Amino acid sequence: MGEAVRIDARVDARGLDVDLSVGEGGLLALIGANGAGKTTCVQLIAGALQPDAGTVEVGGVVVADKARFVPPYRRRIGYLDQRPLLFPHLNVLDNVAFGPRARGVAASAARRRAAAELDAVGLAELGGRRISELSGGQAQRVALARALATDPEVVLLDEPFAALDAAATPELRRMLRERLRSITTVLVTHDPLDVLALADEVACLEGGRVVLQSGVDEVFQNPPTRFLADFVGLNLLSGGTEGASSVRIGTGEVVTGLTQQQVTGPRARAVFPPAAVSVFRDVPHGSPRNELAATVIGVEDRGNVQRIGLAIGDQRIHADITPAALRDLNLAAGEGVCASIKATQVAIFPAP
Amino acid sequence: MPAAVALALLGVPLLGMLLRADWAHLPGLLVSRRSLDALQLSLSTCAISTLLVLVLGVPTALVLARSTGPWVGVARTAVTIPMVLPPVVAGLALLTTLGRRGLIGGPLAGVGIEIGFTTVAVVIAQTFVSLPFLVISLEGALRASGSDYEAAASYLGARPSRVFWRVTLPMAAPALLSGTALAFARALGEFGATLTFAGSLQGVTRTLPLEIYLLRESDSDLALALAVVLLAAAVVVVGLATRLRAWSSHG
Repeated sequence: MGEAVRIDARVDARGLDVDLSVGEGGLLALIGANGAGKTTCVQLIAGALQPDAGTVEVGGVVVADKARFVPPYRRRIGYLDQRPLLFPHLNVLDNVAFGPRARGVAASAARRRAAAELDAVGLAELGGRRISELSGGQAQRVALARALATDPEVVLLDEPFAALDAAATPELRRMLRERLRSITTVLVTHDPLDVLALADEVACLEGGRVVLQSGVDEVFQNPPTRFLADFVGLNLLSGGTEGASSVRIGTGEVVTGLTQQQVTGPRARAVFPPAAVSVFRDVPHGSPRNELAATVIGVEDRGNVQRIGLAIGDQRIHADITPAALRDLNLAAGEGVCASIKATQVAIFPAP
Repeated sequence: MPAAVALALLGVPLLGMLLRADWAHLPGLLVSRRSLDALQLSLSTCAISTLLVLVLGVPTALVLARSTGPWVGVARTAVTIPMVLPPVVAGLALLTTLGRRGLIGGPLAGVGIEIGFTTVAVVIAQTFVSLPFLVISLEGALRASGSDYEAAASYLGARPSRVFWRVTLPMAAPALLSGTALAFARALGEFGATLTFAGSLQGVTRTLPLEIYLLRESDSDLALALAVVLLAAAVVVVGLATRLRAWSSHG
């Protein structure tokens, strides 16, 4: 994968000094506490900020350094904020056609393109609507269509779901996944589900520095910092797609769950909370459960619950059990156990 | 109760004037030489001053709305002062600066250009007092809508000129139109500054308000007829401004 975006830059006023890159067609999720510099990174790529030192590259071309600054309208960026910022004086179709028009496309062609983009987000029939007549979720989908109508080289999503009600989020997430398949994307988010559903890679920012950039599977299975462990809070097992709602992991065992999004690709992820995992010395019987052979790595005392680290093949998960259950099991590191996962608490996602 | 008194105070005099007006002879009165001169002069000077207000006021409002720093407050105060200044003081200020012996008027008179007591002076006086109305209302609207929409347009590939014509201006259109209407109304009613700076020559500087003042004793029927015209203009402008404000707040 070539690098589609690279930031190696400093912004003194924001205390930011980062070095990160996004592969061609990949999706990088930026996570970190508020004020860690996520939005600043996005603004550097968009052209809302000029770095005090270093360079910002898009598509192998330097778009900003101390001396040079390509203005936003000359970059091919699709920027989606938490607010849709649709122009209130234009109807839905003309909003989406705004970008192509601004880039010199003839009016009729721009409108055709806009209609196609609206169709792609499932809002073909709303072209004539006024912006004030849209729901929050619809407005954000129109904003996505508007951003993609300019054929951006890079799409920047700065907490695109933050202002939406919970019901509208899964639909937009599914849409983003579909529409961004081959477009280089940077996503700022606080939600691990966004990362699981959309990202190839995760970069974690802390105090204006990148403390980690790594693949999603690695981060979820072995979060290296406490912030990441808390952020993740979920187990992930990845493997090959097995039917509509199962994943065959490296050991050959199958994990079955509930499908969150249609799984079409060859790879899939099973995601479940540590509390959905029970640990047994012997294989139990009955109930719709997934039983996996596991090796105990260690035990972390978290007060009310004991978090057991488990290795399953070369992947890792955690199980949260009560202190009493732990006492009964009398586990030691390196021992073989059976990890049982409730199928109703496993969510199956397509892997990028 | 105080509200009723207030409404009566504001409404009864206007009603009284309408009752006293000589409606039967109104058309005949309005086509007299003096009234046509005044009407024509008022409309043409107001048209020009409103145009000047737009040309000067829109960029000023943009700069004020998009700038930060201590000088913005100073500039905004400077823009607001003509709004609250007694018009006769404004006229005196213009006269002492642009008049024949004024700071700028003196050198201009030296090369044969005289401003004081000409139609140009009428336009300058009207522009001076009405410019703040546009700047203040437009700046408020621009500040309220913020620059986020403009940034969104630039990410979509719009150059700054396109952003201005396709986003900034259309979004501020209701405020721009209502501000223009208010500025026009203020220019139409301008009296004190015009009288002080431009004098009262029929067909040259004697606008409608000046003519009404002069006629009020010699020909009160004509004065009332012209007053009715100004009142009608005021009603139209206020109606327009309110409609536009309602339209803009509904999005």
